[in-house]
Amino acid sequence: MYETNFHKASTAQDAAALLAKSDDGKILAGGQTLIPTMKQRLAAPSDLIDLSQVSALRGITITKRKKMGIMKAEGGETITIGAMTTHSEVAGDAELVKVCPVICQLAGNIGDPAVRHRGTIGGSVANNDPAADYPAALLALGATIHTNAREIAAADYFKGMFATALTDDEIITAVSFQAPAVAGYGKFPNPASRYAMAGVFVAKSVEGDVRVAVTGAGDNGVYRHAGLEAALSADWSAASVEAVEVSADGLMSDLHGNAAYRANLIKVMTKRALA
Amino acid sequence: MKIAMTVNGKSVSRDVTDNTLLVEYIRDHLRLTGTHVGCDTSQCGACVVHVDGQAMKSCTMLAASAEGAAITTVEGLAKSKDDLHPMQVAFKENHGLQCGFCTPGMIMTATDMVTRYQSQGKELTEDAIRHELEGNICRCTGYHNIVKSIADGASKMTTV
Amino acid sequence: MSEGIGARVLRKEDKRFITGKGRYTDDIVEDNQAYAAFVRSPHAHARIVSIDTTAAMKMEGVETVLMGPELVADGIGNIICGWGVTSKDGSPMNMGAWSALATEKVRYVGDAVAIVVADTKSLAKLAAESVVVTYEELPVVVGSVEALEKGAPQLHDNAPGNLIFDWEIGDLAPTDAALAAAAHVTELDITNNRLAPNPMEPRSAIATFNEAEDHYTLYTTSQNPHVARLVLSAFYNVAPEHKLRVIAPDVGGGFGSKIYIYPEEIACLWAAMKSGRSIKWTSDRTEAFLTDAHGRDHVSKAKIGFDKDGMIVGLKVETKANLGAYMSLFSSAVPTYLYATLLSGQYNIANIYCNVQAVYTNTVPVDAYRGAGRPEACYVIERIMETAAREMGVDPSELRAKNFVTSFPHQTPVIMAYDSGDFAANQKQAQDAADVAGFAVRKSEAATRGKLRGLGYSNYIEACGIAPSAAVGSLGAGVGLWESAEVRVNPVGTIEILTGSHSHGQGHETTFAQIVAERFDLPTENIQIVHGDTDKVQFGMGTYGSRSGAVGMSAIVKAMDKVEAKVKKIAAHVLEAGEDDIVIEGGAVKVAGTDKQMLWHEVGLAAYTAHNIPEGMEPGLKESAFYDPTNFTFPAGCYICEVEVDPETGVTEVVQFVASDDFGTIINPMIVEGQVHGGIAQGIGQAMFENVVYDDAGQQLSASYMDYTMPRADDLPNYSVHHSSTTCPGNPLGMKGCGEAGAIGSPPAVINAITDAIGNNNLSMPATPAAVWTALQDVSIKLAAE
Repeated sequence: MYETNFHKASTAQDAAALLAKSDDGKILAGGQTLIPTMKQRLAAPSDLIDLSQVSALRGITITKRKKMGIMKAEGGETITIGAMTTHSEVAGDAELVKVCPVICQLAGNIGDPAVRHRGTIGGSVANNDPAADYPAALLALGATIHTNAREIAAADYFKGMFATALTDDEIITAVSFQAPAVAGYGKFPNPASRYAMAGVFVAKSVEGDVRVAVTGAGDNGVYRHAGLEAALSADWSAASVEAVEVSADGLMSDLHGNAAYRANLIKVMTKRALA
Repeated sequence: MKIAMTVNGKSVSRDVTDNTLLVEYIRDHLRLTGTHVGCDTSQCGACVVHVDGQAMKSCTMLAASAEGAAITTVEGLAKSKDDLHPMQVAFKENHGLQCGFCTPGMIMTATDMVTRYQSQGKELTEDAIRHELEGNICRCTGYHNIVKSIADGASKMTTV
Repeated sequence: MSEGIGARVLRKEDKRFITGKGRYTDDIVEDNQAYAAFVRSPHAHARIVSIDTTAAMKMEGVETVLMGPELVADGIGNIICGWGVTSKDGSPMNMGAWSALATEKVRYVGDAVAIVVADTKSLAKLAAESVVVTYEELPVVVGSVEALEKGAPQLHDNAPGNLIFDWEIGDLAPTDAALAAAAHVTELDITNNRLAPNPMEPRSAIATFNEAEDHYTLYTTSQNPHVARLVLSAFYNVAPEHKLRVIAPDVGGGFGSKIYIYPEEIACLWAAMKSGRSIKWTSDRTEAFLTDAHGRDHVSKAKIGFDKDGMIVGLKVETKANLGAYMSLFSSAVPTYLYATLLSGQYNIANIYCNVQAVYTNTVPVDAYRGAGRPEACYVIERIMETAAREMGVDPSELRAKNFVTSFPHQTPVIMAYDSGDFAANQKQAQDAADVAGFAVRKSEAATRGKLRGLGYSNYIEACGIAPSAAVGSLGAGVGLWESAEVRVNPVGTIEILTGSHSHGQGHETTFAQIVAERFDLPTENIQIVHGDTDKVQFGMGTYGSRSGAVGMSAIVKAMDKVEAKVKKIAAHVLEAGEDDIVIEGGAVKVAGTDKQMLWHEVGLAAYTAHNIPEGMEPGLKESAFYDPTNFTFPAGCYICEVEVDPETGVTEVVQFVASDDFGTIINPMIVEGQVHGGIAQGIGQAMFENVVYDDAGQQLSASYMDYTMPRADDLPNYSVHHSSTTCPGNPLGMKGCGEAGAIGSPPAVINAITDAIGNNNLSMPATPAAVWTALQDVSIKLAAE
C-alpha cells in the first residue's frame, strides 16, 4: 500500500473539512473495498478520513407513516439507516426485520461474517460497485441518499459503474426509504468473489409503484429493467415474469458467464425474488 | 503515528506508519505471528481476529482504525498459557487442520459464529456452519473435519 | 499398543498450530533483514530493450537492484528440468534456457526481470515499481494447440515450432488394428483444465550469507529441502552443498507447487551474497497466481474399442501438454511417465498407444500438482468408459467390472506392473455405501423438486511411492527416488527419527512416531520426528507423489531393523540369553518365557555407557538406512458421485460423494481420511470450480480469489470415506499411499454424474453454473429440433 495520511473524524462536518483540506483524500468507512484496492496499489489517496468514530452516522430509525394527520399507519414506514451502520447491524436489527425483512436478508448475504462486521451501507453506496447489492435495493426502493450537503434521489445518484452523483467533498450521512408493500431480492453470487453475478431487487411501494433494479449483470452498473417492471406492474407473479423477454444486450460477458447466461439469471432471480 | 490498543488483554503501543494494516501491526510489530496472510483480496480469512468482540479481517483494516480497540488473536483465545479454548481442543480432536495455516483464522471465525448464534438463540446447523465459513478458505481438509470441529466446539462453548 | 499401526492417534503437531505458535517462513525474522521485491514482466512475450534502475537506486533505504546479465556473469546457472524425455524419433527434449532473472526476453506475465532489495517490504515494492523496463512486445501464444500451429510465435530458438518433445508409448500398429476390428468404438475429445495449486501459505524465502564462514542459509517453503540444496548447488552454482543449509520449517501446504526451486530463491541467495543482508521475500496471492507452477492443462483425443462382448480391445490417446514458458523441474515427467503409464486404468487392455506432444506457450510453467499426470490419465479413461457404456446402453459399473484386472501381478502394455488390488471389492463397497440401488427413486423424487439428479463413477488407479531409482533412472530421471532415515535412541531411551520426508500438513510427526511406537512398544510422546533441515537430516528426497508412507516410512523400518538387532544383541549379552529369545514389549526388552528383562531405557543407557556391551560392538544406539523401493505402489479405488442440477441456473450440488479406497496398510485412519477429504475437495474443485484463464495477450484473468474459484465450505459435501484394502507386497509395511487419490479419482466421477443428470455428455471442466446451463440449452435445442 502506498503511503497515506490517516485522520480520524469525530463528526461528519469534521470529516468534510478534512476532506476539503486534503490533496486527494478519501473517506474511509468500513474499508472493505477501499483497503483491498489500496493494497493492490490501484488506489493511492493522499489522505484517509476515518468515520468509524462518528457515532452520529450509525444506527437505524423507523418512523411510522402519518395517515389523516395524526393516526400512525402500519406499512410504508420511513426507514433511515446511518451511513456507518454495518451490514451485520442491518442484518440483525430486530425492528427493521419487522418492517422490511428483505433489506436485512440482503445485508446478511453481503460478503462474509467478518466483512459484514466492518463493511457499511454508506461505503457500499459511495463505492457503487457494479456487483454490489445495496445499489439495487436503493434504486428499487426509490431511496434517498443523504449527504452532508443535500439529499439525492437514488434515480439521480447511481451514474454507472463506480460512478455516483457525489461531488469530491461530499459525504454520505444516511440513506432513507419507505418500507415497501412487498419486496424481494434474488441474488446469484459469482462463484469466486461471491459478489452478485445477477442480483434483482423487486419492490412494490405502498402506493403501488413497481420498480425492478438489476445489479451485477449490466455492463455499466445497476439499472432498472423496464420490461420486468411493466410485467410486474400488470401482474405481480412469476408467471408474468416468465413471459418477459430479457435481452442480453448491454449485459456483461466474462469468464464466469456470457451475456445470455446473465440474461437468464436476471429472469430466474426475478422469479426467486418474488417467492 | 503512535497507535495504542489492547491485544489479548495487554495494553500495547507502537509507532507505525499511517498505512500500516492491523495484521502488520500484529505480526510485524507485536510479533504475534499466529495471524496469517493468505490472500490480497480479503477472501481467505487466515487473518481473522476479534476486534471488540467481533470477527474481522485484520488484513482489511488499518491499525490506526483499531486505535483504542480490544483485539483478540488466536494466541489470546485460551484463558491462560496452559489452557486451550474448547474450540482449539475441538479442532485437534476432530482433525480439523492439516497444514495449520488457515487454522487460526478458522478458529477465530468459529468462536465468533458460535458466540453470535448462542446469543441470538439460533441453532448452529451444519448448513449454517458451512455458510458462516464463506470468508475462510482451507486448501487441505475439504472442510469436512472443520465443520465437525466447529459443531463439536460449539457444543462445549457456553457464551450465554 | 493403542498408539501403534491402525490407531486414530490425535496429531502431535496440532498444539502449535491451534495456538498460533506454528513457525512458517514468513514468521521468522533474521538479524539485518532486508526485503526483496521483483520487477516482473507485464507482457507475456517481449524483448527487453533496456532497464533503467536510476530512480530506484536513488531511493533512501534501497540496498541494491540486480538484473539478469549480472546473475549470468556471476555464473549462476539456468533453471533446469531434471527429467530427460526422448522424442519418438530418438532426439532429446528441447529445453529452452531459463535464467532466474530474464536476460534478453520475457516469456510470460510475471517473468522476473530484476530483484530489488530494500529496508522494508513496502519500500522494496515501491522501488520495484520505479524500475523502468523498456520492452519490445512480441506476438503471444497461450494455448498448446495454437502454439503447435504453423506460424505461431516462437518462444525458444532451440525448440522449433514450440515443440519440447514428441513422445510415444505403446505400440501403434496393433492398437490401430484392434480399433479397426472393434465391434464398438467410442471417441472423446477431452480438455483437462489448467489449475493453480494454491496452498494457503504463499511461497516465502529468507536467504542469509555469512561472509566470515562463507556459508549460506535458506529458509524456504519447500516440500524437499535436500533436493533444493542439491539443485541450488549442483546446477545453479549458488553455493556448494556443504556451504548451504536449507531449512523448510512449518510449511502451509504444497500440493506439488513447493517441490520446485523457483527463480526467487536463487535470486534471494545470490542477492544476499552480493548485498551482505539477509533477504526475505514473501509472495502475495496475485504473485502466486503469476509465478507458482500451475498444474494439468492437457488437450487430448481418445479412442477406445470394444469387442461384441464389451471387452476392451484397444485404447489410443493423443495428448498435447502445455508446459508453459519454461520447463520446470519435473515438468517433462508429468505428461509422460506419470500420465500415459496409467492409461490402462483398472482394466485389462491388450493394446494401448499414446502420443504426447509437450509444448511451450507464453504462460506460467506447468508442473506436478496433486496427482500429477495421474488425474489426467484417470480422467481420460474414466470419462471414456462412462461414455462408451452410455453409447452401448450398458450399465457403466458392469462395463468396468467385466474389464477389471483380476490377477496380480499384472503387466500393462504401458510399463506399469500392478502388484495387488481387488477392484471389484472397492466397487461393491462404494455401491453399497452409495445405495446405488436406490438411485432411481432418489432421481424421481428430485424431479418433483425440479432438480436433475445424476450419478457418476470413477474407478481410479495410480502409481505412487515414487520410485525405484534404477527404473526411473532408465526413464530419464536425473535423481534417485529413494528415501533415508536415521533412528536415534538416546541414552534415556527416547527416540528421534530423522527423516528425509517433509511434512507440510500430512501429519508425519504423528504417523511416523506411530510406526516406531508399534515396533518398540513405546508411547508416541517419547518419539520425536525431525525433518526439514539439511543440517540435521542426513539426506532426503522429500514429500510428493504420495511417497512418504511407502518410501519414507520404509526407510525408518529398515533403520529400526538395525536398531532392533543391536538392542537384542545388547540385551542378550547383559541378560545372558540367546538373541533369538529376546522380545521387545511393554517398554522392556525381555528374555521370552522368563522374568529376566531390561527396561527399554536401560538398553539405551547400556549402549551409551558401553560398560557392558558385546566385545567388538560399537557404543551408541543410532542407525540409519536408505530405502529404495522395488516397484511403484498402486493405490486404487472406486468413487461414486451423485449430483443435483438446478436447470434454471445450472448450479450443481454434490449431494453425495462416496469413496472406497485401497491404500494397503493404514497407519492412522483419521489422518488418511483427512487426506482423502482434501484430495476429493481439490478434485471437485477441478471438476466444478477452478480454472486458470488467459486472454489472447497472455494476461491471466483469474489471478486472484475474485476470479479463481476456490472451493469453500458451502460448495462441498460431507464425504463418505471407506477402505477395502489389499496389502502392498512391495514394501515392509504393505503401504500404498493416500495423498493424491482423492484428487485423482474424483474429477471424472463428478463430470460423469453431471453429464448423467443433464443428458449431455459434451461438458468440459470446470462445470460451472454457466457451463452446465449452456450444456442444458444445447440439449433443449436438440430436443426441440427432433
